[in-house]
Amino acid sequence: MNEISSLLDISGIAKSFGSVVALRAASLKVRTGEVHALMGANGAGKSTLVKIMTGVFPSDAGTIILDGVARSFRSPAEARKAGIVSVYQDPALVPDLTVAQNLRLAKVPLAEVVRWLADLGIDRLDLRAYIRDLPYPILRLIDLARALASEPRLLLLDEITAALSADLAGKVFEMVRRRREQGHSVIFISHRMAEVSALCDRATVLRDGVTVGVTDTAHGSEERIVTLMLGTEIAKAIPKSLREKPEPAPSGRAALEVRNLRCGHLLQDVSLSLHPGEVLGVAALEGQGQEELFDCIAGMRRFDEGAILAEGAELRLRHPADAIAAGLVLVPANRLQALLQQRSIRENVALPMFRELRSWGPVAMKAERARVESAVKRLQIDTRAESELRRLSGGNQQKVVIARWLASGFRTLLCFDPTRGIDVGTKRQIYALVRELAATGAAVLLFTSELAEIPLACDRAIVLFGGRVVAELPASGADEATLLRAAHGLASSVEAYA
Amino acid sequence: MSVPSDAGAASLEPAGIAAHLRHFVRRHLALVGMPALLILALAFTVLIHPDFGSFDVQSLALGALPLAMAAAAQAIVVLSGGIDLSVGSVMAVSNVLAASTMQHASFPQSLGLAILILIAGALQGAANGIIVVLSRIPDVVVTLTTGFIWGGVALLILEKPGGGAPPQFLDLAAGSLISLWVPNALILLVAAVAVVWLPVSRSRLGLLIYAVGSDRIAAFRSGVGVQRTRILAYVVGGLFSALGGVALTMTTGIGAPLAGTYYTLSSVAAVVIGGVRLSGGRGGLVGPVIAAVLLTLIPTDLIFLDIDPNYGQVIQGTLIVFVVMIGGFVSVLQSRK
Repeated sequence: MNEISSLLDISGIAKSFGSVVALRAASLKVRTGEVHALMGANGAGKSTLVKIMTGVFPSDAGTIILDGVARSFRSPAEARKAGIVSVYQDPALVPDLTVAQNLRLAKVPLAEVVRWLADLGIDRLDLRAYIRDLPYPILRLIDLARALASEPRLLLLDEITAALSADLAGKVFEMVRRRREQGHSVIFISHRMAEVSALCDRATVLRDGVTVGVTDTAHGSEERIVTLMLGTEIAKAIPKSLREKPEPAPSGRAALEVRNLRCGHLLQDVSLSLHPGEVLGVAALEGQGQEELFDCIAGMRRFDEGAILAEGAELRLRHPADAIAAGLVLVPANRLQALLQQRSIRENVALPMFRELRSWGPVAMKAERARVESAVKRLQIDTRAESELRRLSGGNQQKVVIARWLASGFRTLLCFDPTRGIDVGTKRQIYALVRELAATGAAVLLFTSELAEIPLACDRAIVLFGGRVVAELPASGADEATLLRAAHGLASSVEAYA
Repeated sequence: MSVPSDAGAASLEPAGIAAHLRHFVRRHLALVGMPALLILALAFTVLIHPDFGSFDVQSLALGALPLAMAAAAQAIVVLSGGIDLSVGSVMAVSNVLAASTMQHASFPQSLGLAILILIAGALQGAANGIIVVLSRIPDVVVTLTTGFIWGGVALLILEKPGGGAPPQFLDLAAGSLISLWVPNALILLVAAVAVVWLPVSRSRLGLLIYAVGSDRIAAFRSGVGVQRTRILAYVVGGLFSALGGVALTMTTGIGAPLAGTYYTLSSVAAVVIGGVRLSGGRGGLVGPVIAAVLLTLIPTDLIFLDIDPNYGQVIQGTLIVFVVMIGGFVSVLQSRK
């Protein structure tokens, strides 16, 4: 049907990393002179597909046909020679070299890059400046100009507008349109639905590593794309919520309050308040500032502006120990970050208690053992492999992290994607535990990359987009479709719920 | 085109000579700071030992030559983001090879042998690089192990200190061709660095070494052959190590299978003091080479001051800690702005 001069024809691409399947059957057809959107929720396999296309790593199966010739690229340099150039989300620029040296590195003519930069609205840039001294938006534009200077036939833009100001983003759009007029192709990856429908001709949608549809992106196609991204599972019965009573009205002093927090270029301006006994869900696509938000609250990263308050008192968070002392404790997605893999469960749980247990006499030992054991028992941790933590399953390791905070005491639990890579049964246990903790008066801030889990465990949800809170919903209104729309910046459909 | 309001503020056009000078000093901190430090140290030496004469300059240059080569070898590998703990052993192998083969050779023959030994050094470096890149075993482990092997090989070649070289060959370093104050060893050092490093640093390879040392992934995505670059850095490093070994033969007149081991850690010290970042990508070769001269000067000064020269090692270690600490402070300050 659409055999009119396909520039790129990718089909049947599969790729696994160990036991994790990133792509199962991805296909993508890009015509000459087309702006093509590549869409998909978190973990759908977009970035893996891009990296295979540009030779960062090889695919396990499938074919890439460029201009009617089957190709496989062994390195980004090879893909570049064939005319496929990508502008990655993190600029491929070497920090300790100057702008000019970086351009020489990629063997592109300097004058061309300068011309493109002027085209993109940067007409005064010292080429002898070190990359490490330049702000992030400028780096992305240098990366883009460098890609353009190598005259690509197919340009891949991965979230190019993230962190760009509106006028610079406008310049980028102009450039993309001009390339289309000149008969070049662009693959455009963006979480911003409005940009996609304004700029792109067609969209390919990935879900769980499979291409599930190709659609025109004419106005009004947003719903169709969201439906494709969600799949048919949404029709399945939504599991019953774990909440015992519906949305308790927040009262009294907030356990945690965040005011106008800004950190780096991803977290722009986030405010939220969280009350004792409440579970507040945070929904966001990758890279919308959620990591920065949790890191700042947990004292792992210093923020640029704003304030964080616990029980009404402003906190000085210079170190994770400050956050822990204020009762703010983090359960990270990567359990390796929190646990000592080669030590026993007991030692791992007791680790933060060292603060309090100063004397190591027999009495203190006994007290410690009692507290650790009661926490371990309460969470039903499988203790058969007690002596070495690494022999526990991921779910049990996550429970050890929570047990540790139970034993040492906390007021607010910060869960950052606590169920990543955990089996369904343990997932339920962890969420049941979160609810139980909330019932005893703890406050919980919960980010999960699986949107369907939010109405299950939370009382309320906020949606982050571009480093800002774009929606706040009660659990009853926070179904997956609504959250996904809001997370793509489709505000209009959210207002109906808010 | 108009300058965009916020992002365009990045245009950093330098204005005037002062700004150019600042730019130069900032970029070549080691290039300006290290000679200044060396002049200070020499001034101090003259102060405590007013008889400091051309003979002392000679012995300083002779003593510093092997370490300066070792520092250059280490610097190149560290700049590429690696580390080479086999520098001393490669030097030892080259040293004993030179001393044992040149003992009864004529001067021209010994020059030819020296070139063969340099090639052998480059091959030893290549072996290091290839093993590091292909096996993906951390470079510290690989070079520590190969260093162990070469150390054994050196003992197999020459069981105990001995051997020799033609007097003309020794005079290449020991004499003073131009003036008593400009020892041949110094000329040799400048020549070696100029002949090997200048072409490398001015060529694409130099740029690639800095790129790979600074950010391997960004370099890879920019189309750089990361593995090839890392191997080449080890090759150039091996070449300099061999130069150091041959220099050791020149300055001592013999081969000593165990003399090389001192140079591995001292080369790391010179690299750190000379302003090369241990994680790679920043620094140059001039800093470490001058640092090598400084490190050689320390025990001499201690003797002049009537202090046990063994304190030299303590001072050297303290210096490293200080330099690394200052580097850490500077980067913390920069990140806070």
